[in-house]
Amino acid sequence: MATEILSGKVHVNTTINGESTDFLAEPRESLLEVLRETLGLTGAKEGCNDGNCGACNVILDGRLVNSCCVLAVEAGGADVTTIEGIAGPSGLHPLQEKFLEHAALQCGVCTPGFLVSAKAMLDENPNPTEDDVRWWLAGNLCRCTGYDKIVRAVLDAAASMRGEG
Amino acid sequence: MAVETREEAVTIKHHSEDYSVVGTRPVRHDGVDKVTGAARYGADVSQPGQIYGAVTRSPHAHARIRSIDTSKAEALPGVHAVITSADLADPGEKVTGGGEATAVPLKYKSGNVLARGKALYHGHAVAAVAAVDAHTAGEAAALIEVDYEVLPPVMDVLEAMQPGATLLHDDLHTDIAGEASEEPSNVAAKFLFEEGDVEAGFAEAAVVVEREFTFATVHQGYIENHNALALWHGDGELTVWCSSQGHFTIRAEVADILDVPVSKVKVIPTEIGGGFGGKTTCYLEPLAAALGRKAGRPVKMTMARADILKATGPTPGGYVRVKMGADSDGKITAAEAYMAFEAGGYPGSVVAAGCMCVFAPYKLSNVKIEGDDVVVNRPKTHAYRAPGATQAEFASETVVDEICEQLGMDVLEFRTLNSAEEGTWRAGGPAYGRIGHKECVEAARDSEHWQSTLEKPAGTYRGRGVASGFWFNIGFTSSAIARLNPDGTVTLLEGSPDIGGTRSSIAMQFAETLGIGFDDVIPMVVDTDSVGYTDVTGGSRVTFATGYAAHEAANDMRRQMIEGMADVWDVAADSITYENATFTANGESATFKEAAHLLNEDTQQIIGKATVTPEKEGNAFAVHIADVEVDVETGKVTVLRYTAVQDAGVAIYPPYVEGQMQGGAVQGIGWAFNEEYFYDENGLLRNATLLDYRMPTTLDVPMIETIIVEVPHPGSPFGVRGVGEVPIVPPPAALAIAIYDAVGIRYRDLPMSPHRVYAELAARQNGAEA
Repeated sequence: MATEILSGKVHVNTTINGESTDFLAEPRESLLEVLRETLGLTGAKEGCNDGNCGACNVILDGRLVNSCCVLAVEAGGADVTTIEGIAGPSGLHPLQEKFLEHAALQCGVCTPGFLVSAKAMLDENPNPTEDDVRWWLAGNLCRCTGYDKIVRAVLDAAASMRGEG
Repeated sequence: MAVETREEAVTIKHHSEDYSVVGTRPVRHDGVDKVTGAARYGADVSQPGQIYGAVTRSPHAHARIRSIDTSKAEALPGVHAVITSADLADPGEKVTGGGEATAVPLKYKSGNVLARGKALYHGHAVAAVAAVDAHTAGEAAALIEVDYEVLPPVMDVLEAMQPGATLLHDDLHTDIAGEASEEPSNVAAKFLFEEGDVEAGFAEAAVVVEREFTFATVHQGYIENHNALALWHGDGELTVWCSSQGHFTIRAEVADILDVPVSKVKVIPTEIGGGFGGKTTCYLEPLAAALGRKAGRPVKMTMARADILKATGPTPGGYVRVKMGADSDGKITAAEAYMAFEAGGYPGSVVAAGCMCVFAPYKLSNVKIEGDDVVVNRPKTHAYRAPGATQAEFASETVVDEICEQLGMDVLEFRTLNSAEEGTWRAGGPAYGRIGHKECVEAARDSEHWQSTLEKPAGTYRGRGVASGFWFNIGFTSSAIARLNPDGTVTLLEGSPDIGGTRSSIAMQFAETLGIGFDDVIPMVVDTDSVGYTDVTGGSRVTFATGYAAHEAANDMRRQMIEGMADVWDVAADSITYENATFTANGESATFKEAAHLLNEDTQQIIGKATVTPEKEGNAFAVHIADVEVDVETGKVTVLRYTAVQDAGVAIYPPYVEGQMQGGAVQGIGWAFNEEYFYDENGLLRNATLLDYRMPTTLDVPMIETIIVEVPHPGSPFGVRGVGEVPIVPPPAALAIAIYDAVGIRYRDLPMSPHRVYAELAARQNGAEA
């Protein structure tokens, strides 16, 4: 059973970055709160807490979501990928490599959200155009870079994953 | 002059220096942690046993606080502590700062953190609670009962200055050159900068243009929320973790507001998720500390986005009037400006900076600039990237364009003719040293963008605009400590929070000084106990001033290593030379790394250090070119192409110089088109979310082309000017000029949002039909 109520808190079993994970959460707690404050996965950031900045984005059962707008109990039985799960055992994901190579981050606080969003896009569309990238990332706010280097990094990562360049 | 072209990246060098680390594009030292989620920002830090804080905020724009009843909050299970301003030190008439922070009456700083007697803006903090979790703290904050006497809000600078206007502070008198006005006023200070004779200058002019401009309050919009974690140790020592633009400033403010010795406070900087001038002061840190002291537990606080918009420093809206005259050759004969800026609930806007920047790109003989700092019932305003310059130069650059139009003169030729240069007087002084405005104008003129023709298919409304921008770039104080490691690397300790790659730009100057590699330097931003005093990350100063300190610390390390190797080799120190990262003397030779090993074996500790306060400011200039298309049916303006040209001095770390230029340009585009505080008639902020306070997204902007101009700054060992701020200055003017080119209407109010653009188009249409 994925959830069970225990003294006001709900027992939730979920899979996070490939590992079976259990936690207790109040019904009012968001997935973002539990990731950060209960599980110590602080890579997802709170920027707005109402789904407008994308800094808390995670992939939940293959869907890109704002984890601030998902209740933690909704993650019961789900498969969650956070920024901490993007890099593989053999090293950084091509998106991470290209973000570094293109200097696609400045302060870096929005970066986890952008990387998760970009990964969700590439999972669906390995050959995006610049317009595709801009549409897909429009839910992520970055105040430092002006987006130029982010868009270039994502396009370059996609090309590299297709074996080009 | 060498031109170096990479794909999409252009640097134009006005120097012949050939560096091996400076100017390269390595991956930044802190990069991997920032793409894996491992980097620790303010809210990512926790302590065992921590509880959570929340703030009760004023629902009114202007109200006298008659009383505060905290009993219901205190009775809520899970609540550990409740505080009001009575729990902070009585500020009296003490003035804070003087050495380690800007001098400000403590009653204003403390009052902004927790309201004292009066709430001065919607969202002003009036009380705070700490409870077992964030939700309980929030519930308790809502149970605090405040008895308010609601007062009329004063929202507009010009209305606030009218005789008989409601006063925010009964004891505020206008400061005019150090003298206080007789009567209390909402005008906190008046500034005047004057040179020559403007009346005579205007009399010589063939063309005189005088225009009025307004601009809305806008927020810095950093994505990371404000945060603080405070832990009291048993011996009365306090540790604070927070993200800020300057932890030495936070230390001084917390010490003042709580009245504890500064030596008892340690501030540990975390990574900072953007600041842009808005994180140069404290909000939550003293509250977390005061709550923690009362509760006997570590207290963690984060600020919700709505509260950030309501109650942390936006940058001033206000009013500017500019009058400029030029003779028939296009030479400026006189310039005059008046500006009134919103200070917010407490004195201290950036109006003086606006005054000093408004005509800064130009050589002027006759000039008069006046500025008023005006308190209104809005949050206490703060710096935002080139603070004051964007508003002021939006006005002056638009007027310059109109003068060129009336004279029939090319706008870049006008700028070349009138450009400030070495020796030119600038309002507020000093005279310029070697600067690069002319070189930026030339680079813009020669750019592929400017040389290309903007295509205007039938039925489209397209236009091009260009504008200059200036920002001072400051020096202030920075420290660095360099420790030589046994393996020949260097740990470089610094006190400048790294908001966008400055660990690396500082380390690169250190490496270049000693001829060692980029990866041989390990830069670390350390706490207030672990490095010498360092001023805030602001004023575009970090790569310049902290880089300067790193250079001096490297020189100190080299001196110490030479002395140490003299012992190791038993030779005279002055017989040792250091070239190509190798020590040589009397047939002996050791590379930097070998020397590090030998010195370690000889139990010698090499610790280079430096503190610098460079006197010559960097003086940054930029010229931006914008192509836009106006949708005349909706008023929406689309940026088709955008090029930012900027004198970086020498670009130490080019990808991050480009990033600053691109990011600044896009913030300027947001300021120009979308961003705006909407207050209702009661002075309540109605758009305190990131949906309604609309910052640019990926869909709102094109790629931003960059041209880095390198005219080295003589006041820096590597010619650094600093790059962070000036790129936000030209966009609003360049875009307003481009819109004029597209549709023939001059917009003089920011933001030029679709409804404003459409209203003028519709009015013209209706006028034509009538």
